[in-house]
Amino acid sequence: MITLDQIEKNQLGKIVSIDTDLLPLKLIEMGCLPGNEVHLEQLAPLKDPMYLVIDGCHLAIRKETAQHITIDLIG
Amino acid sequence: MSTNLNIALIGNPNTGKTSVFNALTGLNQKVGNYPGITVEKKQGSCRLNRTTKADIIDLPGTYSLNASSMDESVVIELLLNKNDKDYPDVAVVVSDIENLKRNLLLFTQIKDLEIPTLLVINMSDRMQRKGISLNVALLEEKLKTKIALISTRENTGIDQLKAFLLDYRLLSKESITDIRSIDADYFQNLEKVFPNQSLYKLWLVITQDVNFAKLERKKVEDATSYKTQSESHLKRLQQKETIKRYQIINNALKETYAVDINKATDIRSRLDRVLIHRFWGYIIFFIILLTIFQVIFDWSSIPMDFIDESFTKLSELTKENLPPGLFTSLLAEGIISGLGGIIIFIPQIAFLFLFIAVLEETGYMSRVVFLMDRGLRKYGLSGKSVIPLISGTACAIPAVMATRNIENWKERLITILVTPFTTCSARLPVYLILISLVIPQGSFLGMGYQGLTLMGLYLLGFVMALLSAALLNKLLKIQSKTYFVIEMPNYKLPLLKNVVITVFEKTKSFVVEAGKIILAISILLWVMASFGPGEEFKNADAIVREQQAVNQLSEDALSTKIASYKLEHSFIGILGKSIEPAIAPLGFDWKIGIALISSFAAREVFVGTLATIYSVGNDQEETIKNRMAAERKPNGKPLFDLPTGISLMLFYAFALQCMSTLAIVKKETNSWKWPMIQLFSMTGIAYLSALIVYQILV
Repeated sequence: MITLDQIEKNQLGKIVSIDTDLLPLKLIEMGCLPGNEVHLEQLAPLKDPMYLVIDGCHLAIRKETAQHITIDLIG
Repeated sequence: MSTNLNIALIGNPNTGKTSVFNALTGLNQKVGNYPGITVEKKQGSCRLNRTTKADIIDLPGTYSLNASSMDESVVIELLLNKNDKDYPDVAVVVSDIENLKRNLLLFTQIKDLEIPTLLVINMSDRMQRKGISLNVALLEEKLKTKIALISTRENTGIDQLKAFLLDYRLLSKESITDIRSIDADYFQNLEKVFPNQSLYKLWLVITQDVNFAKLERKKVEDATSYKTQSESHLKRLQQKETIKRYQIINNALKETYAVDINKATDIRSRLDRVLIHRFWGYIIFFIILLTIFQVIFDWSSIPMDFIDESFTKLSELTKENLPPGLFTSLLAEGIISGLGGIIIFIPQIAFLFLFIAVLEETGYMSRVVFLMDRGLRKYGLSGKSVIPLISGTACAIPAVMATRNIENWKERLITILVTPFTTCSARLPVYLILISLVIPQGSFLGMGYQGLTLMGLYLLGFVMALLSAALLNKLLKIQSKTYFVIEMPNYKLPLLKNVVITVFEKTKSFVVEAGKIILAISILLWVMASFGPGEEFKNADAIVREQQAVNQLSEDALSTKIASYKLEHSFIGILGKSIEPAIAPLGFDWKIGIALISSFAAREVFVGTLATIYSVGNDQEETIKNRMAAERKPNGKPLFDLPTGISLMLFYAFALQCMSTLAIVKKETNSWKWPMIQLFSMTGIAYLSALIVYQILV
């Protein structure tokens, strides 16, 4: 188990848990929920923010937010 | 007998909701404001058949009914208030075939409000390319609604949508989520306190911090039943609600929606690899900006010259064909000159809005946000500050409003405070006329000096914005949670219709809004320049003749002398003269002083003011630019030389000369403190930098 900010390109993760109090509801509503798959599409030039695909939804978040999401690497 | 139907369009951002609105209403739309707040309200109408007219409201894009901004709360306020005159007879939820799952979250929420709800699935033209198949009939059954599968790009399905709207009474009002299943105890308790009320609506009122119909809110506040719940507990329930909704959605899509990845072709990742590349990403962004400025300067010059000459001719014709007198003089010298000063800038403003609309429509703007976030954070800004900073090149007012989607208050406040430094379209007229007067023609590496100067001024605005942001970041002690979530939409070719309508609407409102102020000020200026208090104004003719008696001047030269003597002793002349000591060290004379004073209402008044001042008593037919070029200093050299020109441009670059900006900042920050800080610090910076530069150059 790692936090989402450590995911690398070409890795596939599955969200294990999220810190509900620290994540914006909007992110949860965009599909950032336990059980959903996530991969890193691209890292911004200065390594932050992260361009992710969570459950088919393309979005970008900062690494500090990604730290509140725990994932399992599944591929 | 004709009936009117109220329709509300609701949907996630980037689903083409506005395209649907445009497809239905065409140019039959108007943009206004919600009372008391600055959220844009778009309404339009269309005929569904001979007897039925639809009044359509295009609600702000939102991901969910759990509002996190003022724009989003507008949506819930309308949908919860049955007494609102815009309360919809039917809610149309617009979704995009590629992001159907996420879009349906909002659909399930709207459905639970028990309003007849219709689902529109847009961008059906992409299905084949993306390998998507959809069983519409089965999905309709599962979601208890009707589905219009449309493509605004190919203009298909719109008739079907209209047919569904006509039959809106057939739409089910049944909700599809049982909110009780989230927390049985909590909701049973709630039901006991508020029997016979929709639990979901109550739940929304409890969790949202917005101004609902006041009565309803009050009733809930009186109840103690929910107050035991902590914020954290409420959020957990919201999360459970979201999970529950996704279960329903996944269930509905499982048998109806399929993607065959083998058939899908994707240019998104290929484009992304280039457009947000660590090196090429920035280069491309820079080239795009460079092109925009070059185009604004070069392509607009032909229509602008034409407009300038036409207004000059119009003014001349008025004077020739109407009987001489005060009214003719007011019309020709006050009103026509003033109007010419605004209409001339339509080409440039339209080009600017065109580029901004295209950047937004294509999905490129989100990439710029992504590229810039890390770099801007150093300055206390967010990647999302890019949108206000770029749209600030059109106008600071929508730009300040565009800060609303910045989640962090400190980042948002700093963005609001520095946005007025970006070169708005009202500064453009001032720059353009000054550049053409003081910067020589000629070119360097294919870029004209004049175009380069303009670009330099835009850069200066951005740099100043960044520097002040960095300073504010150090000075402001505000702690707030940092959130940053942005959707990265798929790339799309912009729809011509959308772009045309956006450019038309925005240009129109700029011209109308600015036009009103400019017209009023031109008339005021004309009055102040055509009348004066003392004997000197009244007897100008005799005094000048006496002074010049020895000089043997021609009648023409003499009347010019008289006119300028009159102006000097008119009300406005006296006003300008009184501030001359303060602005003389910047290289400005009292006539420029008058323009500076009137510019505090709005910058774009500058050119019109000078046009009015220089045309009063001037019978020669001349364009604004030639009149300015003909102005002399007492020593006979041109007034608008390089030092004065640069100094004036710097003053306009930094000073906050816009009452509307002050008003909007007051509204958005909810206090006069911030706009006042802005006004005094920006104008101070403007004065100092103009002073220093003029003293060095002269």
